[in-house]
Amino acid sequence: MYRYDEFDHAFVNERVGEFRDQVARRLTGELSEEEFRPLRLRNGLYLQLHAYMLRIAIPYGQLSPRQLRQLAMIGRKWDRGYGHFTTRQNLQFNWIKLVDVADVLAALADVEMHCIQTSGNCVRNVTSDPYAAAANDELEDPRVWCEILRQWSTLHPEFNWLPRKFKIAVSGAAEDRAATAFHDIGLRIVRGPDGENGFRVLVGGGMGRTPYVGQVIREFLPKEHLLSYVDSILRVYNLLGRRDNLYKARIKILVNALGIDKFREAVEADWQETNKDAVDLPEDEVRRIASYFAPPDLPERAPRDEALAARRESDSGFAIWYRNNVLAHRVPGYASVVISLKEPGRTPGDASSDTMELVADLAERFGHNEIRTNYTQNLVLPHVALADILALYDVLDEAGLAVGNNEMLGDMICCPGLDYCNLANARSIPIAKEIAKKFEDPVRQAEIGKLRVNMSGCINACGHHHSGNIGILGVDKRGTELYQITLGGSPKDDAAVGTIIGPGFRAEKVPEVIDTIVDTYVENRKEGESFLETWRRVGAAPFKEALYGAR
Amino acid sequence: MPSVVTANRLNDGIVVYLAPDRTWTEDIVAAARAENEDEVKELEATAAEAVRERLVISVYPIPIEVKEDGTVDPISVRERIRASHRTTLTKDWYDVPL
Repeated sequence: MYRYDEFDHAFVNERVGEFRDQVARRLTGELSEEEFRPLRLRNGLYLQLHAYMLRIAIPYGQLSPRQLRQLAMIGRKWDRGYGHFTTRQNLQFNWIKLVDVADVLAALADVEMHCIQTSGNCVRNVTSDPYAAAANDELEDPRVWCEILRQWSTLHPEFNWLPRKFKIAVSGAAEDRAATAFHDIGLRIVRGPDGENGFRVLVGGGMGRTPYVGQVIREFLPKEHLLSYVDSILRVYNLLGRRDNLYKARIKILVNALGIDKFREAVEADWQETNKDAVDLPEDEVRRIASYFAPPDLPERAPRDEALAARRESDSGFAIWYRNNVLAHRVPGYASVVISLKEPGRTPGDASSDTMELVADLAERFGHNEIRTNYTQNLVLPHVALADILALYDVLDEAGLAVGNNEMLGDMICCPGLDYCNLANARSIPIAKEIAKKFEDPVRQAEIGKLRVNMSGCINACGHHHSGNIGILGVDKRGTELYQITLGGSPKDDAAVGTIIGPGFRAEKVPEVIDTIVDTYVENRKEGESFLETWRRVGAAPFKEALYGAR
Repeated sequence: MPSVVTANRLNDGIVVYLAPDRTWTEDIVAAARAENEDEVKELEATAAEAVRERLVISVYPIPIEVKEDGTVDPISVRERIRASHRTTLTKDWYDVPL
C-alpha cells in the first residue's frame, strides 16, 4: 500500500500542530464558534447529537493491521471502545472530546492517517472496489488512480471551496462494486479501441434529496489524461455550480440543468484549452505510485481444499458463511473474505476496539497484512489462502463475527440516524435491528437470496436508501417518525433510483412491511430471478396490493 | 408547556441543561424550567452568557412534559434521545418498543 514520504509526514504533522493551536485558541476564546466551526470541519470534526464526532479518512478503504490497531487504541483511549464504518469507507468515532482531538490526530499521523477533507466543500475520500487486486474480473487496479486523485485533490488550491462537497469513486473491474453511478464523478476502467485501458467517465450521480444516476460524459478517456480531465470537470462545476442554494449546489443539479451534452461541451472546451502537460502526471510518477500497490506474492495453491469441502457438508452454519462471505480470487487457491459487521441485534457497521484488533491479527496471520472496508459497511480480507479459511472461520466464530450474511437481507446498509446524527429526522439503527431480528434465520435469508436493503434516517441518504432494492427513508411527520419505502433501486451496473411505493409506515410496522415485500417477491419470482428482475417484470402493482390492498 | 434550555458542552460536546443555579447539568430532571415565554428568554440570556464564557455551544430551548412522578420527558424523539445520553448500541435499549 501507499507509504508516506517525508513530504507527506511533514504535511500531516504540520496540520496536526495547526489544529492543536486552533483548538487552544477556541478554548481561550481567541476564536469564536463561528470562526472555529469551518476549521474543525476541515479536520473532520462535527458536533453531533450527543457529542463531537470525528470522521477519519480511510483512503479507498485500505488499512494495514498497524492502522487498524491504532484505530482500536484510539477508540479505547479517547472514545467509548467502538467506531462506525461508513458508506464512504471511512471510520467515525462518536464520542471524541474537543480537548483530545489534537492528540487523536497525532496518533493517526503516527500511522499515516488523517481526517483532512472528510468534511467541507472539497473533494472527499476517493472510494473504490474493496476487492481491488484480488477480484478475478479486474482489468486494472483502481487504487493507483485513487491515490493519484487523493494526492492531486488534497488541499488543491482551486478546488478547496467548491459549491458543495464532491465525491469520486473508481472501479477497475467488470462488476461495479463501488457504486460509481451514484458519485459526482464515477470512473470505470475499461478497455479502449486500441486495447489500452482508460476510463469511462460518469458525472452527476448522487443521492440526497434529488437522486440521479450518473451520466456518461466520456466513453473513453486515455488514462494519462485523468487529472486534466477531472480538473476540467471540477473547473466547470466550480464556475457554473450554484452557490445560492445549498440544496441545488451539487454537480448533479448543474449537469441536469444544462443537460449532459451542454455540460460535456463546456468540459471539453475547457479541456482543449488546458495545458495537459502541466496537470497530468508524468508516466514515471504514475509508475512510482503504482509500485506501492504491487499485489502480495501469492504462490498458486490447489484450487480445491478437501477439508473445506468436508466442513461445508457437515456444518450448515459454515456452509452458509462460506457461500456468502467467501469470494472468488484471481489466484487459484485463494479467496477474499468478508467479515460482516451486521450481526443481528447490533448496530450495522459498528466495530468494537476488540473486533478491530482481532481483525488486525487475522490480517497478519491469514491475510497478507491487508484489510479493506467496503461501502456496505463491512471489513474484507482480500487475500486469504483457501487452506487457511477454516482456521480463520473458527476464530471469527468464537468472536461472534462469523456472520454469513454478505449481500443478503441481513447485510443492511444503515446510517447512524437520529441516534447520533444532527441532521437526521428519524432513527434507523433500531429499525435495522428489528428487521434483522425478523429475518434472523439464515435459512430463510438463503431462500430469499441476495437482497440489498438500505436505510437512511433523513433525505441526505447516507444510508443509500435510493439504491437499495428495498430502500427505507425515515422522515418526521408532525413529530412522529415515519418510514417511506422505495423499491427497485440498484447501486450496480444496472444502477437505478428506487420508486416510492406509497404512503409511509410507522416505525413498529416497518419489519412487517419488509416481510410483506419479501413474500410478494418470493411469490412472484420466476426460478432464479433476482428481486430487481422480478420488480422490473411485474412492476409495482403486486407490491402495492400486498402493502395497501386492505386499506 | 414548560421548557428547559439545552446545549452541548464546549470541551467535550456532551449534552447539558441549564440548571437553576446557572450551572450546567447532564440530568434533564435537574434543569431550570421556564413556564412562560419571559422565563424562556431569561434562561436564554443566561445561556448566552455561558456561550460567551466558552462553557457551552449550540444553545436552544426545548418543550418538555413533566410527569406526575416528577420525571421529565422532552416532547420530541430527538430530544428524548439526547436526554438519555445513550444510543441503541446498548443491548438493553434493543427491546424498548419503537
